[in-house]
Amino acid sequence: MTGSAILKTNGFNLYYGSFKALEDINIDIPENQVTAIIGPSGCGKSTFLRTFNRMNDLIPNVKVEGKIKMADQDIFDMDVVELRRRIGMVFQRPNPFPKSIFDNVTYGPRANGLRDRAKLEEIAERSLRGAAIWDEVKDDLNKSGLALSGGQQQRLCIARALAVEPEVILMDEPASALDPIATLRIEELIRSLKEQYTIVIVTHNMQQAARVSDYTAFFYTDESRTGILVEFALTKEIFTNPKDKRTEDYITGRFG
Amino acid sequence: MNTVKEFALQQTKAQQKSNLAQRHLIENIAFGVLWAAGAVAVLVLIAVVAYVLSEGAQVIDWEFLTTRPKGGLSGEGGMSTTIVATFYLVVLTIIIAAPLGIGAGIYLVEYAGEMQGSSGLQATVVSIIRFGVETLAGVPSIIFGLFGYALFVTTMGFGFSMISAALAGACLVLPVIIRTTEEALLTVPRSYREGSLALGTTQWQTIWKVVLPAALPGVITGIILSVGRIISETAVFYVTLGGSYHMPPSPIFHPKEFLSSGGRTMALHLYYLANDTAAFDKAMGTGAVLVISIVLINLAINYFTNRIDKKLRGL
Repeated sequence: MTGSAILKTNGFNLYYGSFKALEDINIDIPENQVTAIIGPSGCGKSTFLRTFNRMNDLIPNVKVEGKIKMADQDIFDMDVVELRRRIGMVFQRPNPFPKSIFDNVTYGPRANGLRDRAKLEEIAERSLRGAAIWDEVKDDLNKSGLALSGGQQQRLCIARALAVEPEVILMDEPASALDPIATLRIEELIRSLKEQYTIVIVTHNMQQAARVSDYTAFFYTDESRTGILVEFALTKEIFTNPKDKRTEDYITGRFG
Repeated sequence: MNTVKEFALQQTKAQQKSNLAQRHLIENIAFGVLWAAGAVAVLVLIAVVAYVLSEGAQVIDWEFLTTRPKGGLSGEGGMSTTIVATFYLVVLTIIIAAPLGIGAGIYLVEYAGEMQGSSGLQATVVSIIRFGVETLAGVPSIIFGLFGYALFVTTMGFGFSMISAALAGACLVLPVIIRTTEEALLTVPRSYREGSLALGTTQWQTIWKVVLPAALPGVITGIILSVGRIISETAVFYVTLGGSYHMPPSPIFHPKEFLSSGGRTMALHLYYLANDTAAFDKAMGTGAVLVISIVLINLAINYFTNRIDKKLRGL
């Protein structure tokens, strides 16, 4: 594996009440790379993604075991607000706030206490450029974020995440609610973002995983409905030379 | 074989046809009955409002609105002081009830409720509180009046006064404000909260900057609803506000005297006029002013309900 790992997962289990949803996950997310998580529905890939920024804390009866470390710090011991500042998230459905584009992008920095208007404007431009949406919205930053198209809304949400300068960006099927052209733009964006950020993306779409990611993790579940990590390797390896029979069956479309 | 099949097919077709006529008949009857029910309901309401307004219109003029009631059995004079007293009481009651009610609603939904993923004991406590709030919303208002009389008027020694009435009125409208606040918060999509929290904000920042602004029109609707409740309430204020038809002291220049002064709201005035005097026309006039106030308030509610829709659709 090239480069160092930014997130290290060790013997991780997750329970909804008494139901074991994820079992013994061991995975090191490499820094400044795109890691795709693929697998059939219900294998726990989204649940696993939401573990990194502890969004599962919002769900009752979720219990976790094992360790996840970010730069040698256990994320479960970290302040959750600070953790989420460092690990941003883009959701399946674009969810801009019912505010102006400018207020959407500067929401995070403002919450962190930044008041300087000039600095906020600078951050807004940099983030919107970073999310490849600046040219489309620069003339009317006071327009409501909800008035944009679905693809634009999603890029606005990416800009909003970039504005707080995270180290990692989690993407939970970020293009699944978008049309093919908007999807393509998001994929281009993901490839350009990895220069500066570590990206972990959950996707249903294997072609998408093959197109955008450097590494791929294949999650799987059987009748027990407990999700396990079957294989984690370079994306090239996974798609051309899978080690596990289940991975091969999945990527050749025999199920899922 | 073939002919048998064809015959059977024809039979079903014929059946369907006769059945269709029957279904159309039932449809027409159902439509007729529902239409009649709707028409009667609307006509009754229109008749009530039209009667009060047309009777009231005969006495309502500038003088009626701006002179004080003269008191006594004749019911002479206008209703100026009751308009002022109603306005003061509404403002005072809302000042007391709104922060409590909105705060309780936020707590129930955002901190203790489904948005926070609470479970076990806390969830049970919340459901008990919610049941209590819903029950209180259905309790006859005179109960709140008697409670207010026992606690504020006598035990705490506030007497028949604005403060007693406002406290008792606050108890009356608290369930309304809590419930409308809860409903307004629940219409705010979960994705807004997640989006905000995922950016590294605290829960209070999320509530204050994203959730409350999105829910504000709904919360305001609850406040306006409460204003309507207070304006039209008689039982609670009958036993807490007294019936003085004098002009209440100015709340700004004489706050102490204001809080301890009795008063008479429009609805109470209407009650006194209809019960104790022969001035039935003036009772109607007061009633008409009340009805107009309520209509204006409902228009305001419509306005804010439309706003919340538009806001959530990004218009």
